[in-house]
Amino acid sequence: MEKEKNFRQNNPAVTIKDVCHFYRKQMALDHISMAIPTGLQTGLIGPDGVGKSTLLSLITGARKIQNGSIEVLHGNIADAAFRREVCPRIAYMPQGLGKNLYFTLTVEENLQFFARLFGNSKEERRRRIDDLTRSTGLYPFLDRPAGKLSGGMKQKLGLCCALIHDPDLLVLDEPTTGVDPLARRQFWDLINRIRSDHPLLTVIVATAYMDEAQHFDHLFAMDDGRVLAEGSPAELMKKTGTTVLDEAFIQLLPESKKAGHRTITVPPLPPPDGSPPAIQAEGLTKKFGSFTAVDHVDFQIQQGEIFGFLGSNGCGKTTTMRMLTGLLPPTSGQSFLFGEKMTGLDIQARRKLGYMTQSFSLYDELTLRQNLQLCARLCMMEERQIPERVREVLHFFHLEEVADTYPESLPMGIRQRLSLAAAVIHRPRILILDEPTSGVDPVARDNFWELLIALSRQDKVTIFITTHFMNEALRCDRISLMHAGRSLACGTAPELIRAQKANTLEEAFIRYLEKAAPDEAIPEKDHADTPPAPPPNGKRKPFSFMRWYSCFLRENLELLRDPIRLVLAVFGALILLLVIGYGANMDVDDLSFAVLDRDRSAESSNYINNLAGSRYFIEQKPIRDYFDLDRRMRDGKVNMVLEFPPGFGKKLQRGESPAISVWLDGAMPSRARTIQGYITGMHSTWLREKQQENPAASPRPPADVEIRYRYNPDIQSLPAMVPAEIPILLMVIPAILAALSVVREKELGSITNLYVTPLTRTEFLLGKQIPYLLFAFASSLLLLLEAYWLFDITVKGSLAALLTAMGLYCICSTGLGLLFSSLTKSQIAVLFLAIIGTIIPTVQFCGLTQPVQSLTGAGKFIGTIYPASPMLIICRGVLNKSLTFAQLHTPFLELILMAAVIVVLGILLQKKQAS
Amino acid sequence: MDWKQKIKNIFFLGIKELRTLGRDGVLLGTVVYVFSLGLYFTATAGSDGITHAVIAVVDEDHSQLSNRIKDAFLPPMFHLMPEISLAEVDPGMDEGAYTFVLVIPHDFEKDVLAGKSPVLQLNVDATRMSQAFTGSGYIQQIIQREIAGFINRAPEENKQLVSIIQRNRFNPNLSETWFKAVMDIVSNITLLAIILTGSALLRERERGTLEHLLVMPVTPFEIMASKLWSMALVVLLAAAFSVSVMLREVLQIPVEGSLALFLAGVLLHLFAAASLGMVLATVAQSMPQIGILLILILLPMQILSGGTTPQESMPEGIRILMQFAPTTHFVQFSQAILFRGAGLSAVWLAFLKLFLLGCGLFFIAWKRFQRSAT
Repeated sequence: MEKEKNFRQNNPAVTIKDVCHFYRKQMALDHISMAIPTGLQTGLIGPDGVGKSTLLSLITGARKIQNGSIEVLHGNIADAAFRREVCPRIAYMPQGLGKNLYFTLTVEENLQFFARLFGNSKEERRRRIDDLTRSTGLYPFLDRPAGKLSGGMKQKLGLCCALIHDPDLLVLDEPTTGVDPLARRQFWDLINRIRSDHPLLTVIVATAYMDEAQHFDHLFAMDDGRVLAEGSPAELMKKTGTTVLDEAFIQLLPESKKAGHRTITVPPLPPPDGSPPAIQAEGLTKKFGSFTAVDHVDFQIQQGEIFGFLGSNGCGKTTTMRMLTGLLPPTSGQSFLFGEKMTGLDIQARRKLGYMTQSFSLYDELTLRQNLQLCARLCMMEERQIPERVREVLHFFHLEEVADTYPESLPMGIRQRLSLAAAVIHRPRILILDEPTSGVDPVARDNFWELLIALSRQDKVTIFITTHFMNEALRCDRISLMHAGRSLACGTAPELIRAQKANTLEEAFIRYLEKAAPDEAIPEKDHADTPPAPPPNGKRKPFSFMRWYSCFLRENLELLRDPIRLVLAVFGALILLLVIGYGANMDVDDLSFAVLDRDRSAESSNYINNLAGSRYFIEQKPIRDYFDLDRRMRDGKVNMVLEFPPGFGKKLQRGESPAISVWLDGAMPSRARTIQGYITGMHSTWLREKQQENPAASPRPPADVEIRYRYNPDIQSLPAMVPAEIPILLMVIPAILAALSVVREKELGSITNLYVTPLTRTEFLLGKQIPYLLFAFASSLLLLLEAYWLFDITVKGSLAALLTAMGLYCICSTGLGLLFSSLTKSQIAVLFLAIIGTIIPTVQFCGLTQPVQSLTGAGKFIGTIYPASPMLIICRGVLNKSLTFAQLHTPFLELILMAAVIVVLGILLQKKQAS
Repeated sequence: MDWKQKIKNIFFLGIKELRTLGRDGVLLGTVVYVFSLGLYFTATAGSDGITHAVIAVVDEDHSQLSNRIKDAFLPPMFHLMPEISLAEVDPGMDEGAYTFVLVIPHDFEKDVLAGKSPVLQLNVDATRMSQAFTGSGYIQQIIQREIAGFINRAPEENKQLVSIIQRNRFNPNLSETWFKAVMDIVSNITLLAIILTGSALLRERERGTLEHLLVMPVTPFEIMASKLWSMALVVLLAAAFSVSVMLREVLQIPVEGSLALFLAGVLLHLFAAASLGMVLATVAQSMPQIGILLILILLPMQILSGGTTPQESMPEGIRILMQFAPTTHFVQFSQAILFRGAGLSAVWLAFLKLFLLGCGLFFIAWKRFQRSAT
């Protein structure tokens, strides 16, 4: 025994030496050194924001080490090569409700995705998924999309995903936050089972539940980025002279932090005074399709009461709360606040409400103080009271130090406190709190309860709260137990305990659940006959087909789950081709012109009639004078004005060569130039006719110019425009889709999977790119068909050449999207960037209206390096000029080169670690 | 509820939007780029008109006259390539290396002097619509002028029966830079207004912050109005900057009309475009969806607005449909005010239409948003 302990101490799984970490100027870790023994379950305990999560993310290599060194499983985690090698041996579950999950994918698909990343075979995957989901109670929900799971169930799924392979090091960051007691018990059973199968497995857990930490082998108590104490739970309790770990933890804290902390007592609730109940629900029911989330729930809560809502994950607690706040209209039944029926648009009722959602729903872009100020203002507090009130609340929730930082950089516990602060800032009459204390450390939790009790007893604020902490449930005046949408029992805690003949509330709770649903509540424990898992594929390949395939499959599924996006993307391109093809006609006709005829002779009217008879021009009513001319041109009423000078007819007859003034509206130069072309042509026709009347005056020209309009002899717009549109459409939509697909993961959090799994950037990005590439290629085929059917544009040259070019070009466009995605983590920014970065170059600089050679300056440079230029040449070459590969060497070479550069650059610029 | 509180809510929610925007460096950077450098690049890159048109000459004559003609193709209008042989014509045109190829036959000069009226062949790449048509006209004129000069005919002999004096109003040299710069600003304003407002609204839902807002005494109307004013402010500032600094100072374009009138119109346009963005945000369920919707709406709206090709020449149906697109009216009054110096009397109808469109779109967005919020 002693020998084994020595071995473990001498061969630590993780050795941390002198590690410091800063977020901007704030120190998160302060010269930390620790050795985490192999094969044990080690806990990190401590208040929120003391650096536990930072430390865990450094250990797993998800975050870059700034100072000091960390050795994990006998290698330096800062070394990229070692990190790649050791990655499959580490499993990491980051904090937050299902942050690393894909919400449109089902439970099964999420698990399959992670299992493939670790190279498990098909049978192995099946076995593990069934095993894990059975032991966590997720088995009946395998087909449900992860986004439709309740908060606690997401958490369980996150756990299953972390446990899907056999790691040597399991790192769990507050794994049971928001998980109900029964599932928590099942969860730790599962961990213990895995540990007994795998004696060398090292588990590191950060937790806020002291009753869980009680069962760990080794604990580190942390505060302010430093380690306060280390040892087994028994040692820590002995050291502090306490009998419960909760108290030991509080004792370990420095004086300043535990100041004012005392055991909480709840004064009795005064008897009802006959006023209407604060909250009343009558037969409240909510159905989502065939699924009944809440099934005829009734309760009455009197003013000033603290009403606890307990239940397993996914039993309808949040849905009930949403109906009470008016966010969700009930399918049937009704609810009343202070005797008045709650409707969705009742502003006055909302003023009295304070609501805290389960997941963080304040603004990451505002500082804590700004968030609170905004809430106070929106809740109609008087402006002059706000600064004082914000200060008060910040002080109360111990948020002063972080008041001017942004929530995104803060740990969950502190974000929870901020949400709470926001819910109470306007002193509401009713507080509806959805798991307000999940992930909050014990001291802060007790502080918070003191506030709740004070609010309830002194200010008669009614509190409706859900929680998974039994000691908190005990403090409630009454508790309602919910399961599968129904209320199982309602009463005071002692009543419920008595009714089940239990010793503790937790026991009573579990018994109620087991009675309500005997099959679900008992986890299957038939693991004895499952063979021990084979070791994970030890050798790590730089590119794994399996991992790539996993990404590819997942992206495909996400695309298919969103048929609207798919249909829009495919048909969007077709519609655009049609609209632009017909609409953006370069042929200009129906031009309006007017005449300022100061001669009014037969000659001038002859000239005018010649013009007005053509299909290009429409004559407007004559111009009276220069003032009229100026006004009508300014107003854009006429595009052209012909001015005949006085004596025009006479001069013409005398052969004095009179001049007609042509006024053009130059506001749109291309139109002016077209008019100029028309008028020149018509003028010379007119002259020729005049000359034929009088042949003596017409000398033979010294030379003639014969013009051959090649490739498009009728100089029509359509044959020239449609081939040019294809490169635009194939660029814009695929690039936007690809860019958003990555940035979306960054914004919603699932990018963590890239940081902490063996997935490489190449696999990740190619897995993203190929679905969009296939989609883009398919839409290019459709575009060709459409061009043929609707515009009669046939492939005159080599079809093979065109298809090859389209394939290469789609690589470029999707690759550009991925390249844009490496620049930002905000979806709005990348959307804007992708639109600007594709439309402008393709339309302006790549030869659509003007050949690249004719451009100057930066435009020419962009046109030269942008893939749309060679693509346009190939498109026009094949579609208009009947060319094949042989004549298109240069653009093909350019396209290949550009595709390669874009893809490689996209991979290199994407980050594999969070900074 | 008293409207003082309403205004307060709208104000503070708008401030929040501005702060959010201020924190997004990449987005801000792109906005600044688009209205400054991007504008400069687009405006100065070249034009639909004839500048740097690539012309090659096959000279089989090598005479004084043929050299004189060649020397007449001067930059910036033309870019004369080194001489090529007859065999190089087809490959070169196939690859798109030349837009025009002029073939001068053997004994051209001799035949001209002998009065045999020989024929020059001009090959034009007609897939390049914009240059093909006008360019070949210029080339013909240049050739005739040079030949006339060569054979030294007295100007009287060459005199036409009637001549034309062309006067271009508002843009004497028909400079494309002027036009492109203004149209670029116009399309950037539209793009930005729709994207910023639409995605800002959608993001609230995607991030879950909308739920929190709606439990507070805040109405959907206030949320929408707050996005409207904050985004309009940002875009308006950008527009004012690009007209007064970029157009007037950097690109030296003599903007004729009143900046204030233009900005008033921009404000109306922003109202309509941003409302359109919000309608899209209530239709789309996620950012990728709104991304595609944006393209689907934006591209035709921009291309058919009359900013690239005149609306007169579009089919009747499209013209009627485009009356419902804010960009049509925006382009119309922008050209009127900035180029033609038109006053309110000329643009009031466009203003009114924009305002009505904006009201309609805002109403649709409001109704849809309200329905989805409860």
